[in-house]
Order: sequence, then structure tokens, then C-alpha cells
Amino acid sequence: MIHFIRPLAAGALVLGCLGVGAQEAQLDKWPADRANDLAALQSGARVFVNYCLNCHSASLMRWNRLHEIGLDDKQIKTYLILGDQRVVDTMTVSMNSHDAKAWFGKPPPDLSVIVRARNTVEHAGTDYIYTLLRGFYRDRSTLTGWNNVVYPNIAMPNIFWERQGPRIATLTRVEYQQVPPPDGKGEPRQRLVQTVSQFDGSGIAALTRTELDHGEPSFAYGFKPVDERAAASVDDEVANLVAYLNWMSEPTAATRRKIGVWAMAFLVLFVGVGRWLNAAFWRDIH
Amino acid sequence: MGLHSTQYKGLMGWIDARMPSLMIAYRNHMSEYYAPKNFNFWYFFGSFALMVLVIQIFSGIFLAMRYKPDSSLAFWSVEFIMREVSGGWFIRYMHSTGASFFFIVVYLHMFRGLLYGSYRKPRELVWLVGCAIFLALMAESFFGYLLPWGQMSFWGAQVIINLFDSLPWIGNTLSTWIRGDYVIGDATLNRFFSLHVIAVPLALLGLVVAHIFALHDVGSNNPDGVEIKDQVGPDGRPLDGIPFHPYYTVHDLYGMGFFFLLYCAVLFFAPELGGVFLEGNNFIPADPFQTPQHIAPLWYFTPYYSILRATTAEFVSWIGLCVTFLGVLIYLSVRSRWVQLAVAAGTVVLFTLMTIPQVRLDPKLWGVVLMATSTTVFFLLPWLDQSPVKSMRYRPRWHMALVGLFVVAFLVLGCMGMMPPTPGRTLVSQLCGAYYFGFFFLMPWWSRMGTFRPVPARVTFAAH
Repeated sequence: MIHFIRPLAAGALVLGCLGVGAQEAQLDKWPADRANDLAALQSGARVFVNYCLNCHSASLMRWNRLHEIGLDDKQIKTYLILGDQRVVDTMTVSMNSHDAKAWFGKPPPDLSVIVRARNTVEHAGTDYIYTLLRGFYRDRSTLTGWNNVVYPNIAMPNIFWERQGPRIATLTRVEYQQVPPPDGKGEPRQRLVQTVSQFDGSGIAALTRTELDHGEPSFAYGFKPVDERAAASVDDEVANLVAYLNWMSEPTAATRRKIGVWAMAFLVLFVGVGRWLNAAFWRDIH
Repeated sequence: MGLHSTQYKGLMGWIDARMPSLMIAYRNHMSEYYAPKNFNFWYFFGSFALMVLVIQIFSGIFLAMRYKPDSSLAFWSVEFIMREVSGGWFIRYMHSTGASFFFIVVYLHMFRGLLYGSYRKPRELVWLVGCAIFLALMAESFFGYLLPWGQMSFWGAQVIINLFDSLPWIGNTLSTWIRGDYVIGDATLNRFFSLHVIAVPLALLGLVVAHIFALHDVGSNNPDGVEIKDQVGPDGRPLDGIPFHPYYTVHDLYGMGFFFLLYCAVLFFAPELGGVFLEGNNFIPADPFQTPQHIAPLWYFTPYYSILRATTAEFVSWIGLCVTFLGVLIYLSVRSRWVQLAVAAGTVVLFTLMTIPQVRLDPKLWGVVLMATSTTVFFLLPWLDQSPVKSMRYRPRWHMALVGLFVVAFLVLGCMGMMPPTPGRTLVSQLCGAYYFGFFFLMPWWSRMGTFRPVPARVTFAAH
């Protein structure tokens, strides 16, 4: 077996050396301890209904499924359903896709399974959405006046802007660019250029460009909120919202894991009995 | 109740008198099928594969009760099963996890064959039917993957069907014929559903029966590569053989416990397996107007997909040189004048079509050819392997190293196929692809080389 494992390890090493280039925004970690926290889920549901469910639908999600996060019909009807829907209906919106396309360029996606849809081999969907929703900055060059660090030129505006207060965003991008030759003659050269763009609270950008002699392509960003406390409270709300979106993407996940524990316990027992049975039969084989 | 068989009592006797073929089959395949007693870990995967087939058919029956093969409903009907059908999530995860486990189990099952020369005389037909099962399984999985009608379903199918486009003359007509439309749409979904639930499973079942019949006619190989039928006792039974039932039924039952532990661990705790078993993009409904940034097939196809993607014009030229080298090698190794002539002609044609700039064929077409070769080259193994002994146990140690490197190349190709291409990754895929083909096509020469250890007359076995 040793002969076999050694080359495998070598192969793994080769793979490790070919890691993905760091040209995409580093994602923040969503506080995963909120995944099963009922208070966080309920508060997330409220944020979802108030902020998301105007443009985005969740057409696979029935209102009364919120029972599973501890809300009863009365609470759902009084505090969450804003229109004339019944609790057995699904979370649809009145905005039609034709209007949506005219207003935003493309219809906002249905959010029922959005967290799962954003899962990739490299990152969790929860981290992606958590970073995306907190990654907006003012940018006068776009249609909505907003831009995003993880989703450049996103069609969606920053829904939390009033609560969050203005923020100064600093984006540092290092990439290869065609640079004109120093004396103005000859072919343009391929150089590594660092661009630092600072967007103030009203979306006016200040750019500084430096040519680098060494380094590699990368992208980094930072935010400086004017009102630290307001920004922190929005962070907290977004974390709850992501907890809710995560739950909504697979409401049966908790049941699945619960049954899973029993299944595994049964199988351990099964293996034990199987082992005994096997030994009993094979005793007479020499 | 009068009529009774003399061999069995009670109900069995009653049945045996009326339908003796049933008990004959039971004896031939279970109670009097003598399997070598020295089966090891690698011999579990055949029965595991059968188990997964049962799981897939069983869960598939229930999924088909709620699934709607209609391009406007398919995606939502799958999520409906996940959310609104009671226990639906369980059935769906059984099926999606089962699909990936099928390939894990089958790859390990095939690896066992490679390790112990299970495809060698007289088991060539067992192996050939097995290779046909593997191809049917790939077809089954390809058709099935379109059904959830997510972005990856749609674009994955798009990539594969477009491969047929690159065939000269008939390509365009053929791909339209497969789709049933000029684009992938409702017609495609409907026919893929039909192929996935009826045509291919039927073929698979037939092939599996043929695989088992062929195996039980010649008897199983074993880790020593010894023919147990050569050493029989006075009663005519192989000295190293034991009845499959009850010995291997309880043995496999025990192994099945471990299989289900792994299977259920994924099913209940990580059904997506970090986006490898269920890809994130497939939770977005198919949108013909929006191409995903990165299209990758499911993990079990990625080794072949890597080979396809790595086939650049430059790589084809290198392959052309390798083909020439191989041609010369074959020319020098065969004696018949006619074969030599055919080999020389074939080599010149291939070299020309791969390398000479004015006449060479489109690299994309060669990519398809190489990919098709990489999935079907297994059929040739019984004749490529010329080693005087079957089992790796008695072959030179460096043979095992070559096999180990092959596994590494296969896994690296798989990983490369999952990631977006970069020049570095393409180069790695090309190197691994070259090794992949070299391993098989140079086997007639390397498998004879080195010092082989003597094979014992009886199997090596230590009582449990």
C-alpha cells in the first residue's frame, strides 16, 4: 500500500502549488453559530420580509413553514405578511419580470435556494452573500449609483444605505496592464500596475496608479464607515438575514442531520452484528 | 400437493418440482458457486455496485412519481420534491448521493481488475461486458444530470452535445438529432427523461446479468491470480473455493455496513459534498441566455473532460510524434508483413492528420477523439497486458509504481477538470493525459519487462 500512497501525496502537492490566483475579493466569514439560533432566524425573517421581499420572491417558501423557526400563524399574519396573502401561500412578489428588467436590467433572482446556488467548491454560499450585502460602495459611474466589491457592477442597489450611513471604500487592485513606453515611442509594455481607488461617501473616486516592479495580481478592499455603530448594527442584521436565507435554502436540513445521527447509530450496530456473523460463519474456513 | 422434489423439503420441494430452473440458478450462482477464499478488501466493490444499482432504481421510481419532465416545471418539481413531498428530500439525496457513489464504487471495482489482472484469459468477456456497463453508466448519468434543469444541467449538456458538432460532415445533423431541436429545450429534456428512466436502465440491467453470468461461468479471479479450478479435490470442487452463499453473502453484508456508513454520512451530513456531488450552480434554473462563468461536468467525468480541454493544436502535434513512435514500436514487434504494412500506413495517415499544418484536422475534433479513446481504452486491457502473471503481487515492484502513477494522473486530471483552465493547469493536464495514454498503449511492452516472482499453486490465505 505504501507504494501507492507516496505518489498520491506527491500528486496532492502538485495540486496545492497550483492554487487559485487571489484576484477575487476575500470573503468575510459569516458567523455560522447563528444557523440554528431561533432568535437570529426570526429576526432574519423580518429583515427578509422588509428589505428583500419587495423585489425578490421566494416562490418555493410557504409562509406557514416559518412555524419551524418558532413563529405561529398569528405572528406571521400580523408582523410578516404585508399584503393580502394567506399563510398557506408562497412568498411571491407583485413586481413582474418585465418591469424588473426595465428597471434593473435583469429580473432579481428568486431567493428560495439562493444560498445553495452560491455554494462553490471554493467558498460557502453564506460567506458570499454575507460579504456581498456588506460590500456595497457609492460609485457615481454606475446606473444605480452603487457598486459592489464581490459583484462588480451589480444591478442591485444597497438596500441598507440609510441605516448603514456613508462609508469610504478603498479598493486596491494589482493587475497587468499595457503601459505606454516612457519616451512615448515604440511598443506599449506589459507592466504590473497597482490601482488604489478611494470612493468617498458620495461616490466620487480618487485614483492613484503606481507601477510595481514585483508582486502578483491581487485585489483587496477596505471600508471606513462614518458612523461605526450604525455600520456594526447593519453587519449584525445582515448576519441574521443570511442565517434566515441559509435556513430557507434547505428547511429540512435540521431534520436531515437529526435522522442522520440515528441512521449512523443503527449502522454502527449493523456493522457490529455483521462482524459477529461473518466471524461465526468463517470460523470453519482454514 | 402431491408432486414434490426429492432434493428439497416443504415449499422449496414443491417449487422445485414445478420450476427446477429456479433452484438450479440458486445453486449455480449462490450455494454451489465456488469463489476463492482469499478475497480481500478490493472484492467488496462488485456487490457494492449491485447495491447502488438497487438504490438508484428504487429511489428513481419514487422520484419519477413527482418529477415533471417539462422545461418550465422540471427545476421547480425537483425543489417541490425536496420541500413539499414528505420524505422527498431523503429520496432525492439517496439518488444524487447514489449517483456519485456508483462511480466511486465502479472506479474502485475497475482498479481491482487492474491490480490483479482480472481481465486476463479466460475472463475477457467478463471485462468487456463490464466496460460496456461503465459506458452505459456514463450515458445514464449524463441523461440524468439534465433532468434537474439547473444551469449546470443545461450548460453541461450543451458542452457535451456540442462535441458531436465537431465531427466532420455529419456533426451538425447528429447533434440536432440528439437534441430533437436546434437548441437544448423541452424536446431534449423529454427524450433524456425517457432514456434515463427506461432505455439505459434496461440495458444496464441486461448487461449486469451478462456480467455476472460470464463471471460465474469462468469463476472469479483472486488477489493471487491463481486459477482455483486447476486444483480440485476428489469431490470435483476447487480446493481453495468456498460456496458464495453463505460465506460471501455474510462477508459482503458485513462490508455493506461500512459502505452504508460512508454513504449515509454524505447523504445526511453533506449531500452537496462541498459542491462536488451537487453543484451550486445547479440550484439556479436553466437559463439559455446566461452562460455560467465556469462550466464543469460532474466530478466523475472531469478526468476525460480535462483531456478534451487540454487538447490544443500544439498538444496534438506532440501526440502525432508519440503515435509515430508507437507505430515504429509496433512495426518492429510484429512479424506479419501485412500487419507491418497496415501499421506503417496507419501511422503515416495519423501523423499527417495530426501534425502537417496544411492538412491536419481541427484540434477540437482530436480532443473529442482523445476523450472518446480515454473512456474506451479499458476495452483493450485484456490484450494490452502481456505480463506472464496476472496479479500485481508477483509482478516487478515498479509495475505497481506505474499503476500508482496512473492513479495519480487520473486524480490530477479529475481535479484539473473541476477548475477553470490556466496555462499552468493545461500543461499539467497535458502531461497527465500523455501519461494516461502512454500507460495503456505502451503496456504490451512494459508489462513483459522486469523479473516476475513465482506464482504459488494454491492461494495464500490466513484463517480469520
